Amino acid sequence: MLHTVNKSSFERNSLQSCINIIDDTSVILFIEDGVINAANNSKSSMIADLAAQGRVFALQGDVEARGISSKLADNIKLVDYAGFVDLVVEHGTAVSWV
Amino acid sequence: MAITKKFMYLNRRSSFGTVYAIESLEVVLIAAAFEQDVSLAFIDDGVYQIVEGQNTDGIGMKNFSKTFHALGDYDINKLYISKESLEERGLSESDIMPLVYEDEDDDWAEKSSIKVVSNDELKAIMSEQDVCLSF
Repeated sequence: MLHTVNKSSFERNSLQSCINIIDDTSVILFIEDGVINAANNSKSSMIADLAAQGRVFALQGDVEARGISSKLADNIKLVDYAGFVDLVVEHGTAVSWV
Repeated sequence: MAITKKFMYLNRRSSFGTVYAIESLEVVLIAAAFEQDVSLAFIDDGVYQIVEGQNTDGIGMKNFSKTFHALGDYDINKLYISKESLEERGLSESDIMPLVYEDEDDDWAEKSSIKVVSNDELKAIMSEQDVCLSF
């Protein structure tokens, strides 16, 4: 499954809710304000393990819009919109944590 | 005679996920047109509004962060950023846009409008305001 998260975890608990029930093969894609979760900050430990397994992605346009391209946490994979489509195709059911 | 009040705009949200940030900036400019004493505070995810190097080409939205550079010309030169909010987010003052104004009382010397303050300092600044508007 593909889980998309579009809120900052400084603002909402959607990322935590997602992590609580994500299975071993699913991936997370950060979009919109969700890309704030991809930055290296005091909450980065939430996603460190998943990122180390190559299962955390962030949408490049949203990262660049927020000026945090040089601030990403380790092992975050950037994708463009075409890459977003590829993730949807590859992982089937998408869950949107709005 | 026009009454001048102390207005503080409290910016708590990042730029593009909601309309709060751009709406706040609109109202700030209106208050400035009425020659009020305006301060801005950036706390929580609001600190992302003035991070240097934003590029919105990839999301098709207006990069209104550039508008913050105009505030100095409207005599808005009190921009407070929460130190705690920056630190939580792995940011520091060097990641913030260099926003400046020209000081008419000091031969138009260019000075920084940005002040990083602790929550305790911000508390004191807020308590001096006549009006606080939260976005």
